[in-house]
Amino acid sequence: MFYREAGDFKTSYRDDNQTFPIRLDRMGYYILMFVAFLVVPFFINDYWVNAVFAPFLIYAIAALGLNILTGYAGQVSLGTGGFMAVGAYACYKLMTGFPEVSIVIHIILAGGITAMVGVAFGLPSLRIKGFYLAVATLAAQFFLVWLFNKVPWFYNYSASGQINAPERSVFGVIVTGPNTEAWAKYMICLVFVVVLAWVARNLTRGMMGRKWMGIRDMDIAAEIIGVNPLMAKMSAFAVSSFFVGIAGALFFAVYLGAAEAGEAFGINKSFLILFMIIIGGLGSIFGSFAGAAFMVLMPVLLKNVLVGGMGWPTDLAAHFEFMIVGGLIVIFLIVEPHGLAQLWRLTKEKLRLWPFPH
Amino acid sequence: MKYSKLAAASITALMAATPVLADLVFPSLSYRTGPYAAGGIPYADGFADYFTLLNERDGGIGGVMTSAPECETAYNTEKGVECYEATKGEGALAYNPLSTGITYQLIPKVTADDIPLYTPGYGRTSAANGKVFSHVFNFPANYWNAASLAVNHLKEVSGGDLNGKKIALVYHNSAYGKEPIRTLEGLAEKHGFELVTVPVDHPGQEQKAQWLQIRRERPDFVIMYGWGVMNQVAIQEAANIRYPMENFIGVWWSGGDHDVAPAGAAANGYKAVTFHGVGSDYPVFDDIQKYVVDTGKAAGNGDNIGKAIYNRGVYAAMLLAEAAKKAQEIHGTPDITSSMMRDGMEALEITEERMTELGMPGFGPTFTVTCENHGGPGTGAIQQWDAAAGKWSLISDFGPSDMELIQPLIDEDSGAYAAENNIEPRCN
Amino acid sequence: MPEQLLFAMEVTLNGLMAGVLYALVALGFVLIFKASGIFNYAQGVMALFAALTLVGIQQGQVPFAHLINAIFGTEVHHFPWHVPSIIAIILAAGVMVLFAWIVEKYILQHLIGQPDIILFMATIGLAYFMEGFGDIMWGSDIKTLDVGLPQGMNMAIDEATYNMFGYGFFIDNLDIVATVVAALLVTSLVIFSQYTKQGRALRAVADDHSAALSVGISLRFIWVLVWSIAGFVALVAGIMWGAKSGVQFSLSLIALKALPVLMLGGFTSIPGAIIGGLIIGVGEQLFEFAIGPMIGGATQNWFAYVLALIFLIFRPQGLFGEKIIERV
Repeated sequence: MFYREAGDFKTSYRDDNQTFPIRLDRMGYYILMFVAFLVVPFFINDYWVNAVFAPFLIYAIAALGLNILTGYAGQVSLGTGGFMAVGAYACYKLMTGFPEVSIVIHIILAGGITAMVGVAFGLPSLRIKGFYLAVATLAAQFFLVWLFNKVPWFYNYSASGQINAPERSVFGVIVTGPNTEAWAKYMICLVFVVVLAWVARNLTRGMMGRKWMGIRDMDIAAEIIGVNPLMAKMSAFAVSSFFVGIAGALFFAVYLGAAEAGEAFGINKSFLILFMIIIGGLGSIFGSFAGAAFMVLMPVLLKNVLVGGMGWPTDLAAHFEFMIVGGLIVIFLIVEPHGLAQLWRLTKEKLRLWPFPH
Repeated sequence: MKYSKLAAASITALMAATPVLADLVFPSLSYRTGPYAAGGIPYADGFADYFTLLNERDGGIGGVMTSAPECETAYNTEKGVECYEATKGEGALAYNPLSTGITYQLIPKVTADDIPLYTPGYGRTSAANGKVFSHVFNFPANYWNAASLAVNHLKEVSGGDLNGKKIALVYHNSAYGKEPIRTLEGLAEKHGFELVTVPVDHPGQEQKAQWLQIRRERPDFVIMYGWGVMNQVAIQEAANIRYPMENFIGVWWSGGDHDVAPAGAAANGYKAVTFHGVGSDYPVFDDIQKYVVDTGKAAGNGDNIGKAIYNRGVYAAMLLAEAAKKAQEIHGTPDITSSMMRDGMEALEITEERMTELGMPGFGPTFTVTCENHGGPGTGAIQQWDAAAGKWSLISDFGPSDMELIQPLIDEDSGAYAAENNIEPRCN
Repeated sequence: MPEQLLFAMEVTLNGLMAGVLYALVALGFVLIFKASGIFNYAQGVMALFAALTLVGIQQGQVPFAHLINAIFGTEVHHFPWHVPSIIAIILAAGVMVLFAWIVEKYILQHLIGQPDIILFMATIGLAYFMEGFGDIMWGSDIKTLDVGLPQGMNMAIDEATYNMFGYGFFIDNLDIVATVVAALLVTSLVIFSQYTKQGRALRAVADDHSAALSVGISLRFIWVLVWSIAGFVALVAGIMWGAKSGVQFSLSLIALKALPVLMLGGFTSIPGAIIGGLIIGVGEQLFEFAIGPMIGGATQNWFAYVLALIFLIFRPQGLFGEKIIERV
């Protein structure tokens, strides 16, 4: 009824290939962008940005990055936390080493440095496959965290090994440090998310993305039809690590403001981001967002409902939170095994036919 | 339901529409789940029970009821930040997150939001310098004091001379565990002992290599900076290699009842540094039993009373309550704000008479907080575990630590922080 | 003999013992992976839950006491009895069987034929659920586990080696017990899978699901069986690790110790889990002993993975894993 493609004529290949081929989708996207850029910043406060938006947006970037590697190129990685740490520490060293350069450039450079580290740890993927590959990335995870903990140069020789983000601004607006306005914090994350999501979308539907998917579906077959597995796998590791590095830099500099390698970028983070993309949907841009939203928002929502709304003791509520999140994951799987993105796709299919399904 | 309830309904809480409560609010960023729950539970219980006691017995502080709403952090910095943002709108007067990681997040935030942060015996040690850290307080003692206190005690038991002795530091390989290294290096130089550092990675369930190393190197003494499962395993492993327990001394966070209990009788004689009294032999605990536990208002089962970490929660709550009282006096109003609370903390004065009045005679040191010194006197005592009786007992008086050595370190570290963040020194 | 060599020998011996403990955890993973192709993320949490249940039964704790008290305002905590260790262990094993049955009935049965990654994800959900459920049932405070296992230095070995080399080796009694238990466990597993009807059925399922189904083997029964065995292995691992540290949340993190063992030994091989465990145990302890002090120590965590990685470069399917045959 409302959601249909009748009357939506495509007169050029360009139109036919657009990301949102259905008009209603397109409208929804524009409205979302409008709300995100021009409405939310005027209403956002400290709680919303720190508890909901900043973590959601930053995890969405990390999930996009991991989804490129795992969902599109088929290489399982459990080193996301370690690569985020690279981004964070690179950003910290750049921020303190070159205070006159813009923070945006630092964050992008931090992504670039992470990409190089990612490629180095991605090399074993040429030989090791599947779950076994996870070991190479786990080695990266544990080694990198240990390294940042051990070598004082990385944390500028501070007594405890914590790193603190100094105050930096973009166009005169403070974006890091304690005096950051809620909207500034939100906007810098949002801009990075939108740009990176656009990049990811276009990379994955271009030649590079097709090569990745070829490698994922069957690497030997892909090699036979002329995909260079070395280039394809390394480019997937590089692009993925670039995204993850930027997420790490934002996570440390903009969101937390202080971090410690073992605590903030431990193995739990790697698992969390892997859960996000599996729950959201492997090989789907939307899935990265949906998964990040589920894993970030669900606990906050549950906590507020159980503790704030129903007045439960915090420990009981925390235990129930675990049970509910776990139960929901299992139920989702039984209902729809391919993640939230597939659920969304099915809903759209149904909506197209609604209300006359026959 | 015997827990303090949050007034806001779920949706309003989500909307962060924050109701103005008339209470004096001391949010408790506690952790009753996760890898460090064993230490978090008794602390949160003690903290909550003391405020409940004030409400039940005295009708609050200066006639205003108190509340200590809990927010579960699971020792996770991100949840800690969420908790901070969620509770700060409720008129929070001071934060006590019981996590060094969360403390580091909150130091710049509380300064910007004008809310004091109270981190007794943990957090950022150099925050003792009030000239740089205007909103952070860590009286009465910090990590570096603990290292010095431990060394003082070891010096005493070795007949006043540590020359040529070997001391091993077994530490949690994190920001917290690394804190004492610099102090101990300084002390090693001063007293002529040799320092061996032995890191243990999180979570610390497997420490065989570390304890074999200690067995090989035969240090005269072992100092431990651990937290969570690392403590229990370390004490068990020390017992396994038959390391003499009386030469094994932990910081206060390695000195909980639950840390020694799993090792059973083998843990007998283990020592720990403490900055407050141990046991339940203080009148205040009778009051807690009478007004809080017996009326069914206790935060936990009521069986934690007198345990080392529970006592620490009570002690922290007591000092905060006293600071709030001081703030009420200074500003002449019972309804204080967080900014007034900060002034109260900076003017806090703990005397022996006052502690006796509160039913805690000799529970902690007497001290005065000043604008320059947010760290208190840095005194502490040594407690020893009696496995047969199942309790800690103090084996020394509250003695001073080596401030001559620590103060320059504090000035250096806080100076670096000030330079990095362009902070002008206060208190001139 | 030079002192360093003696130390290295002692470290190696202890590494072997530590390896046995890792192998115990890895064993649970391998069993389930072999029979159902599921990488069971929840294995660590199962060990925690099993140990919690054991202590709870032993000490007569009231399950869900905290929840009951919070809802009804009552004050119940303990039943007035203590259950002997052996009965408690049997009861806890029974609970794990019940758990296996529930998992099969409510989760696995609905996910038959799904890709591996989906099943992996289901175990993630299960792990979350169990973590909360275990805490609600038994409380999240630390519990002392005492089933009468010996702990501490073995004096006989200490004395014997002292007389021989002039330096007494340290071997933990608990480790010796763990080694014996692990040996018994593996032997009985091998006997079970080689000589019993159910065991043969189990191997058939591991070989080929559809073929096993077609000759009339009940997949559901096998799954319940294998999850029960894995639950029992988790209980044993939980006892061994819990005896040292007390039973608390961190017990679930021992799964991380098993991952490099699995990668090294191969996901599908029981001998692989044992030998992988031994290699990792010795490797990481020796590295920490020889190289650790030079680069700052605490290297075990990452070195285990690097060691596994080095092996994998040469044998991408793990030491004992099935050869990967690729067809286009």
